[in-house]
Amino acid sequence: MRFRLNGAEIDVEAPPMKRLLDVLREECGLTGTKEGCGEGECGACTVLMDGVPVCSCLVPFAQAGATTLFTIEGLGGTHELQEAFAIEGGAQCGICTPGMILAALCLPPRATREQIRVGLAGNLCRCTGYEAIYRSIRRVADAGGLSLPAAARPSTGSQS
Amino acid sequence: MGVVGTSVPRKDAAEKVSGRARYVDDMTFPGMLHARTIRSTIPSGHVSSVRHEYDPVGFTVVDWRDIPAAGRNIIDLIVHDQPCLVESEVRHVGEAVLLLAHEDRERLLQATVTLQYDRTDPVLDAERSTQVHKQLLIEKGSLTRGFAQADLILEGEYRTGHQEHVYIETNGCIAVPEPTGGITLYGSLQCPYYVHKALVTLLGLPSHLVRVIQTEPGGGFGGKEEYPSLIAGHAALLALKSQRPVKLVYDRAEDMWATTKRHPSVVKHRTGVKRDGRIVAMDIDVLLDGGAYVTLSPVVLSRGCIHAAGPYRCANTRIDGRAVFTNTNPNGAFRGFGAPQTQFAMELQIDRIAAALGMDPARLRAKNALRPGDTTATGQVMGDDCSAELVLKEAVKRSGWRRKRAAFAGTDRGIGMALFYHGSGFTGAGEVRLASECTLETTERGVRILTASAEIGQGTRTMHAQIVADAMEMSYDDVDVAIPDTAIVPDSGPTVASRTCMVVGRILERCAQELKAQLSGLSAGEYHRTKGPLRVTKRYEPPPGIVWDDETYRGDAYATYSWACDVAEVELDRDTYEVRTTKMTVVHEFGRAIHPVLALGQVEGGTAQGVGFALIEHVVMKDGAMVNAQLTNYTIPTTLDTPLMDTVIVDNPYPHGPYGAKGVGEIPMDGPAPAIVNAMYHLGVDVHEVPALPERVMAAVLA
Repeated sequence: MRFRLNGAEIDVEAPPMKRLLDVLREECGLTGTKEGCGEGECGACTVLMDGVPVCSCLVPFAQAGATTLFTIEGLGGTHELQEAFAIEGGAQCGICTPGMILAALCLPPRATREQIRVGLAGNLCRCTGYEAIYRSIRRVADAGGLSLPAAARPSTGSQS
Repeated sequence: MGVVGTSVPRKDAAEKVSGRARYVDDMTFPGMLHARTIRSTIPSGHVSSVRHEYDPVGFTVVDWRDIPAAGRNIIDLIVHDQPCLVESEVRHVGEAVLLLAHEDRERLLQATVTLQYDRTDPVLDAERSTQVHKQLLIEKGSLTRGFAQADLILEGEYRTGHQEHVYIETNGCIAVPEPTGGITLYGSLQCPYYVHKALVTLLGLPSHLVRVIQTEPGGGFGGKEEYPSLIAGHAALLALKSQRPVKLVYDRAEDMWATTKRHPSVVKHRTGVKRDGRIVAMDIDVLLDGGAYVTLSPVVLSRGCIHAAGPYRCANTRIDGRAVFTNTNPNGAFRGFGAPQTQFAMELQIDRIAAALGMDPARLRAKNALRPGDTTATGQVMGDDCSAELVLKEAVKRSGWRRKRAAFAGTDRGIGMALFYHGSGFTGAGEVRLASECTLETTERGVRILTASAEIGQGTRTMHAQIVADAMEMSYDDVDVAIPDTAIVPDSGPTVASRTCMVVGRILERCAQELKAQLSGLSAGEYHRTKGPLRVTKRYEPPPGIVWDDETYRGDAYATYSWACDVAEVELDRDTYEVRTTKMTVVHEFGRAIHPVLALGQVEGGTAQGVGFALIEHVVMKDGAMVNAQLTNYTIPTTLDTPLMDTVIVDNPYPHGPYGAKGVGEIPMDGPAPAIVNAMYHLGVDVHEVPALPERVMAAVLA
């Protein structure tokens, strides 16, 4: 099946009902996407599908065809939001961090504390009590603003 | 300029924010099998038959008879009562009976194994259990004399429920058989040497043939203290039998259903007070539900009882504690380790005494709070490291306590507080018995820290490197930290008990001082390059004057304590009976923050866990099993459930901690539940149990 992953067109063979989470981790070797609960509650497996955060544990691979997928690996390691999480203590054990960062990319550019609270309500963190995550995101929102990387935006004409 | 006290970049930040950090489930080995645990589904009885209903091709199957002859079917912890695999007797639902492994995960999951049992009557109610895992008594003064002086005697009974850790990464490990006949274990764990000891006993292998390597743990909170020894044993048995690497990673439901939880408690108070508020007698009865095996219950009970009288002075105190057997999953270590349960009861009792006396609860606390020179229930004399008054005053001022207490009266809003403390390090003589060791060695570039202390998100690597950098007067960037690997690191003890900074950090500070003295003026890197490698190992030394008697429970229960005061503001929805915490003012004294951002992370994260414990985290037990073992119906605080936190860290450097630091990991868990429930009491809802679910709030409102 053909789709765009982190800016590159790729072809992947996998059973249609295999969880997107497992396809990314096993077929694509991208282990930055984490499984926390396998039932769409914790958000640790969040990836962006056509620019929208989805729980990849709930998405059958069949639905990925012709979409634009974006995982934490697509950000590299020095995106300003990643740096903000590092500085402000937004990442402690780190297991929710990839999903949290991807979900945060979809918040309004100048997200307020309340907008962040609502926007991240589907991403659980057990370490931080969320305050450090708010500070990390606000650091970017208050500076250049949050934005979706070009490689995460759905390409025009793609079906979703 | 030093780095202690500054928020330098975390050593592990780049790996974690980029998704490159390697958790156990991210690792694979050639020829690796996946594993699965077949567990009991009854709370009490004997396994009478096992039926395998699948094509056995490619399966490795292990039961207790596969434990090597030189080994023993036990989990080597405090008491040797827990088997690694059921032989016949089943003591709780979810007990491991059989292990399966297969290359193909789908085939593994589809295999059916049916167990049949001869059932026996289970003990499910701790209050009716007659089997005691551990009992202890703390006595000071005379209760008879104390109650004779009292103008008012008040009784109260308080309860706390199970709590599930919900580390976002479930438990897991990979066992790799070695050509030597030994085993290498990679796992998500807090205590590499606990797992090492357990594997040596289980497998009957010499110590050098067992190697335990910590992978990046995705949270622990105590849940990866003792339980990984069991999982490691299972994976190791499969690996030895199949001679293939074996991965055993739990899914969320299994992790919640089968692993440890916080001990439920029933704590009864009888308190004598003078009319002016002075507490003259405290009679406290503590009951913990230990579950089906002893595991860590004796030490959880010990910490719980020592903290049961709260940070208050009272000349006549008796604390009578029991941890009892029930046919439920063994309850285990969870952040706070008994102290959240007992301090919940104490703090609720204080507010009810204040109400009976018509006194402001903050004033009642101020009147009785421990001050330097006072003694605790075990007779420990408080020194200048006692900050109960300091944190209380700051919390009253910072939260606008008096104004809000008056303003909220008669509304659906309430404000309540909790004053609490938490001993740093192992209880009593524990640290002396552990005799932890740390090593510091030179490298081409600088130095490398070798300890068994796990980075579980709290910032171990970073904070230890800061301490060493300053003690060596060298650059933080030139301090490396070894991954805990029992083949190379000394046993610096488990990563528990708020000890990693204060106790292990202090040993590292001493290592650094000695290494620096041996470098003859060269930098560590220069010395290494020109004169060869140098290493220093140091062992724990207790601060001077610490005395403890394990028999009588008298003396210095902990070298020092951290202190905190939480003020909670809540709102009650009179239609749904839901209580929402709108704000927490959180004031902590833990000596000094080595890394303010990390320390704040501990306080805020622990406070959020405490909010969950107070209001929403409800383990529903039926016939000895958790029936809501899913994140869909066992909920932890989301962004929307977590209140705004106003956190204040006040300094009071402790002379025997590294750069003045004490423990901070657990104390934030102790206060939120009583502060929130006391805020509910302020608005007229008298709940005595957490989680304070809407059903319980409704019952209290309608009562």
